[in-house]
Amino acid sequence: MTVLEAGLDTRRRRSGLLREIASWSPSLKVGVTIMTVIVLSAIFAPWIAPFDPNEQDFNAILMPPNLTHLFGTDVLGRDIFSRVLFGARIDLVIGFITTYVPMTYGVILGAYAGYVGGVFDSALMRIIDVAMAFPFLVLIIVILAILGPGVQNIYISVFILAWTMYARLARAEMMVERTKDYITAAQILGFPRRRIIFRHGLPNVINSSIVFSASDFVLNILLVSGLSFLGLGIQPPNPEWGAMIAEGRDFIRQAWWMATLPGLAIVVTGVALALIGDGLAQRLGERHHTTV
Amino acid sequence: MQILRYIIERFFHAIPVLIGVTIVVFMTIHLVPGDPIRIMMHGRIDDSEVAKIYQDLGMNRPLVVQYFDFVRHALAGDLGMSLIQKAPVTSLVLEKLWPTLMLLGFSTVLSILIAVPLSLVAAFYRNSWGDAVIRLGSIVGFAMPSYWIGLLLMLCFGLWLGWFPISGIGTTPLEKLHHLFMPSLTIAMFLGPILVQSLRSSMLDVMTSEHIEVARAKGLSEWRILTKHVLRNALIPVITVLAVNISWLLSGAVIVEYVFGLPGLGSLLVRSVGYRDYPLIQGLAFVFGVLIVIVNLLADLSYMLIDRRVLKG
Repeated sequence: MTVLEAGLDTRRRRSGLLREIASWSPSLKVGVTIMTVIVLSAIFAPWIAPFDPNEQDFNAILMPPNLTHLFGTDVLGRDIFSRVLFGARIDLVIGFITTYVPMTYGVILGAYAGYVGGVFDSALMRIIDVAMAFPFLVLIIVILAILGPGVQNIYISVFILAWTMYARLARAEMMVERTKDYITAAQILGFPRRRIIFRHGLPNVINSSIVFSASDFVLNILLVSGLSFLGLGIQPPNPEWGAMIAEGRDFIRQAWWMATLPGLAIVVTGVALALIGDGLAQRLGERHHTTV
Repeated sequence: MQILRYIIERFFHAIPVLIGVTIVVFMTIHLVPGDPIRIMMHGRIDDSEVAKIYQDLGMNRPLVVQYFDFVRHALAGDLGMSLIQKAPVTSLVLEKLWPTLMLLGFSTVLSILIAVPLSLVAAFYRNSWGDAVIRLGSIVGFAMPSYWIGLLLMLCFGLWLGWFPISGIGTTPLEKLHHLFMPSLTIAMFLGPILVQSLRSSMLDVMTSEHIEVARAKGLSEWRILTKHVLRNALIPVITVLAVNISWLLSGAVIVEYVFGLPGLGSLLVRSVGYRDYPLIQGLAFVFGVLIVIVNLLADLSYMLIDRRVLKG
C-alpha cells in the first residue's frame, strides 16, 4: 500500500512506526488489522487451506458446515472454506489493480486539467460528463459485450471508465490550490509547469483521491464479483467469490451455505476497507467521499 | 422570468451530454473487433447473407452518415431492429421499462424511509453510541454485494418464511407490489447506507447553521425545529444525493433484476449480452443514458420548487 503511505503525514519519519499506529483512530486500527489478516491469509492460502480448492470429493457433496469443512462443501464436494481463501487472491488482486491503476492517471489528468484549464480542461470534463451519464455497471457490461467477457476485458473496461472519478476530484482540488500563494511563488520562481503541477500541486490534491480509493476498492470488488455473478467475469471453476455465489444460487434450496458464506468474505473485506477509508478521511481532514 | 431562464439553462446543459450519449451508443456496434454481424449470428450464415444484412442496416455507408441517421431515427423513437428477437428494439425496451421504473420508484421510497430517520438520529445525537451504531451499520451495508443481500432475503423471507415470492412480477398491481418488495428492499439495503453517510453530514451542516440557533432562541421545541426547520432544508441534500446516486441505483437494479428474475431492462441487458444482440444492447444503453440525464434534469428543476434561492445562483 505505498500509495496510501505516501499520502500520510511526514510525521511518520520523525516518530517511530509504533507511535504512528498508536495515533490512528479506532476505525483505522480495526480496518488495518482485518485487512492485514485477509491479505496474509490470501498470501499463505496454500499453507492455511485445509483442502485443495479444486479437489472434488464425491463422498462429501453438499455437506453443511462442520468441523472438517468449516463452510461446508459444494455440489462437487469441494471445500468452500479453502475456495474462499484462494478466492481472496483473485478478488484482492483484481480489486487493487482496478482501483490504483485508474487512480494514477486519473489524478494526473485531473490535476493537469485543473491547473491549465482552457480547452484541455473543457474537453476532459465533457468526456467525464458523458461517461457519468451512463450507469457505471451498464457501460462496463456494454464494453464487455463488445470485447467479450473475462478478466482481461474487465481490466480494459474499468481502465477506460474508472479514472473519471479521480480526475474530477483532483481537478476540483487543483482549481482551489492553483490560486494559493505557494503555487504563485513557484510560478514567480520560474519553475516549469510540469514541476509546479507534479511536485507542488499533486501532493496537495491527492488526499481526497486516497480517501475515495478505499471506498472505490470496495466498489471494485463488488463490481468484479458482481460481473462474475452475472457470468461476465471470472469463469468457474476459478474460486472467485462472486462466481461462487452464482454457483450457490442454483442450489439455494438445498444448500444455503454455498451462496451465503462466500458472500461473508466480500462483506468482511469491504467493511475493513471502508473502515480504513473512514479513518483516512478523518486523518487527512477530508469529508467522507463515498459517493462524491 | 427567472424561472423560465433557469429551466432553459438546465435544458441547454443537458444537450451536450445527450449528444455524447448518442455518440457512445452509436459507436458500440462499430467497435466490435471483427465482424459484428457474423459474431451475432455465431458464424452460422454465409457471406451473401452477411452482405445483405449490412445492406439492410445501412452499415456499408460512411460512419458520419450512419450517425446522423441513427440520431434522426432515435429522435423519432426508432432504435432499430433486434436481430435475434426479430422485433423492433423500441417495443422490446418499452415493454421492460415499466418493471424497472416501478422497481426504481419503490426502492427510492424505501431507501428514503430507511435513510432519512436514521441520518436524522445520527446527526441529532452525534457522537453518541446510537450514531456510532448507525454509522457502523451503514459501513456494513455499503460493503454488502447487492446480489448477496438479494439471495439472503430470498432465503429468509421467500424460502424459509414464505412471505414473499422469489421471482417474477405478477399481474395485478397488488401482486406487483408484493413481487417488487424484496427486490426493492435489496436495493434500499445498499442505497440506504450511501444516503445515510451523505445525509448525516449535510444534516449536521443544517443543524449547526444560524437559523436553527434562532429557532432555538425563540424557544421552539426540539421536535418542531427538527420537523419544520431542519427537514425542509435537508430536502435539497436528499434530492442531490439521490440524483448523484442514480447511477448506482440503476447499476444495482441491473443485478437485482437478474437475481429476482424480474422482466426489466437490466435482466434484458444481461441476456442480450449473452446473445450478442448488439442493436438491443445499443438501445438499452441509450435508454439508461437518457434516464440518467432526465433524472438529473428533474433534480435540478425540483431544487427550484424547494428553494427559490437557486434561481439567483
